Amino acid sequence: MKNRWIALYVENQVGVLAKVSGLFSGKSYNLQSLTVGTTEDETVSRMTICVTSDDITFEQIKKQLNRMVEVIKVIDLTNVPIHMKEILFVKVRNCSVADKTELFQIAQTFQVEVSDIGEDSVLLECMLTVRKNDELIALLNKRFHNNISVVRGGGVAIESISTSEAGRTEYRKK
Amino acid sequence: MDITGKKLFVKALLEEGVDTVFAYPGGMVTDILDELYRTESIDMILPRHEQGLIHEAEGYAKSTGRVGVCIVTSGPGATNIMTGLADAHYDSIPLVCFTGQVPLNLIGNDAFQEVDIVGMTRSITKYGVTVRDRKDLGRIIKMAFHIARTGKPGPVLIDIPKDIQTSLGPAEYPESVVIRGYKPNESVHVGQLKKGYKLLKGAKRPLFLLGGGINIAKANEKMQKLVEQTHVPVVTTIMGKGAIPTDHPYYIGNSGMHGKYAANIAVSKCDVLFSIGTRFNDRITGDLNEFAPHAKIVHVDVDTAAISRNVVVDVPIVADANLAIDKLLEWAEPQKTDKWMAEIAEWDQENPLEMRRDKGMTPQMIMEGINEAFEEAIITTDVGQHQMWAAQYIEVTPKKQFITSGGLGTMGFGFPAAVGAKIGNREKPVVCISGDGGMQMNIQEMATSIVQDAPVIVCLLNNYYLGMVRQMQQLWYGKRYAVTCLRRRRGCPQGCKGPNESCPPYVPDFLKLAESYGARGIRVLKEEEIAPALEEAKKSNVTTIIEFMIATDELVLPMVKGGNPMSEMILK
Repeated sequence: MKNRWIALYVENQVGVLAKVSGLFSGKSYNLQSLTVGTTEDETVSRMTICVTSDDITFEQIKKQLNRMVEVIKVIDLTNVPIHMKEILFVKVRNCSVADKTELFQIAQTFQVEVSDIGEDSVLLECMLTVRKNDELIALLNKRFHNNISVVRGGGVAIESISTSEAGRTEYRKK
Repeated sequence: MDITGKKLFVKALLEEGVDTVFAYPGGMVTDILDELYRTESIDMILPRHEQGLIHEAEGYAKSTGRVGVCIVTSGPGATNIMTGLADAHYDSIPLVCFTGQVPLNLIGNDAFQEVDIVGMTRSITKYGVTVRDRKDLGRIIKMAFHIARTGKPGPVLIDIPKDIQTSLGPAEYPESVVIRGYKPNESVHVGQLKKGYKLLKGAKRPLFLLGGGINIAKANEKMQKLVEQTHVPVVTTIMGKGAIPTDHPYYIGNSGMHGKYAANIAVSKCDVLFSIGTRFNDRITGDLNEFAPHAKIVHVDVDTAAISRNVVVDVPIVADANLAIDKLLEWAEPQKTDKWMAEIAEWDQENPLEMRRDKGMTPQMIMEGINEAFEEAIITTDVGQHQMWAAQYIEVTPKKQFITSGGLGTMGFGFPAAVGAKIGNREKPVVCISGDGGMQMNIQEMATSIVQDAPVIVCLLNNYYLGMVRQMQQLWYGKRYAVTCLRRRRGCPQGCKGPNESCPPYVPDFLKLAESYGARGIRVLKEEEIAPALEEAKKSNVTTIIEFMIATDELVLPMVKGGNPMSEMILK
């Protein structure tokens, strides 16, 4: 069992998100995150999906997605060089002055932005990889237990430019 | 010039070559039905319930190879076809189902008879969509027929709001559509196929496992040729029954839960299993770890997702059965299988497929009677014990077709499917083998069969029980017949362990019921009465129910307990 990434080009139509997410619930696949947005072509949406599965199930997931009429292309990003980021907001409440100092240090180390601050609270805005976000949340949870609110967006990914010739995937040429 | 949606709807059906629709009215489809009513070249069939309607369309589609067209209203009309959609999805039956929908501006308001039918059926249709813009109507209908009949066929649901039916829009019905996400496989990977054939050729104990894909692709004749050219014996799934004639010397029998002993042992002993058009359902494989343990497996299927899902295969080949077999025929050479065939024959002699002949009429005698009575026929079954007996004993030759609900196992399928098959094949005799339970699930279609002048011969095996479950209760649940006895009434003893003299009478009286519809009823109690009853029914030009009174405790044997290895068969 490990985390794997799929990019999915789908028709930008009503019900397609429900159909894709329904596949995961209906067949008991383990969905970690799913993000979706329109592409440069407004009739097409691109989803970035993270699933936890074994090899056989992952193959099956790709095939099941591929056979959907509304799915234009399935790209397995597991072994492709990619750029991947996830947006994450963490609000830390009930901070002492010392806590705030520590939070600024943490922000500096993780290279995230302190985007808002109040009397006793700090808002971190992070644009990291999913894994790095996990680590940050784990750390903040330890240090500021019961005093944090987490909002995360799910990963989005795109193939790297420098290495993308081989793996270049244009959905129009399916 | 712009035309109304309903006018384009009728035009579309005509251009798709539709001459029969199964339709049940309601507020949200009255417009298109009114328009259809004015078109003389489309036959409108009015069933008596929407579930019966969609099974009739399935029987029609399966027997004719054409797309079955259903029209039902919104809300309950739409939800009533859901079982049939799931059934058609499982068994790859091409259907296009139109559901009426409340006007666009009412969607989401919990309007009268509004349901989100597209949302509800997403996982049981090949494709489903609500038409939200009149200008898309033509393209969507074109897509629906294309998707339903190509690739792995299946049901498509098109939800049409009432105002789309009445508003004006383009008159054109497109000749073709390009769907960028839908490219059914139209070729075969020759290298992979060659690899598969090489394995088969090198095998000492080769075996073909054939599924419903052969029948859907109508590749039966060339499959038989391939078998004769290679001398490789054949087992089938229930959906694959008839892939080659059941009286063919290389045909062993059905494999699986209620398969023939020799067929299951052959699967367990073979060294190469060459399978075409099956998805290795659990009823075929039993315990996956013990399935074909000595075999390299080659798997040809049109559906990528069917390959290496349940069984990990050595050579996967995505292809339509027709294409693959055509190619294989170019290479096929005779193999030395005499010894292997002799081994199989020995297993068959050890435990042949047969029922006792010493006391009274058995299901086997009834099935043999049907085999003898009909040289040509379409035979449908319902679901349960009678279905398994039919799957075991009914002969399927090129002039006979076997239609059954395999994947979903839908009780209530058999009779309406037979009526639909008759509507599509008026010149052929249609026989429905059913049970007393399943027949009552869509008994109202008796009326459809009478008014449509679509006579069907119903061979109803009555054992007073919902027999398939009763069989499990008899074997594994201490004879506690929870809700399976159809004679049980208020006042019967709580812990009843089976029939005795004080059992209440059975209802309904199928003979009187048949009469009330203007059909005929014949009751058969003894073996000698089987053939005369079938002859009488054949001569009759109305639907006839032959009620065969069989022993209440008859079992389907052999059998494999769910999840056990296929080689561990209960034989007696």
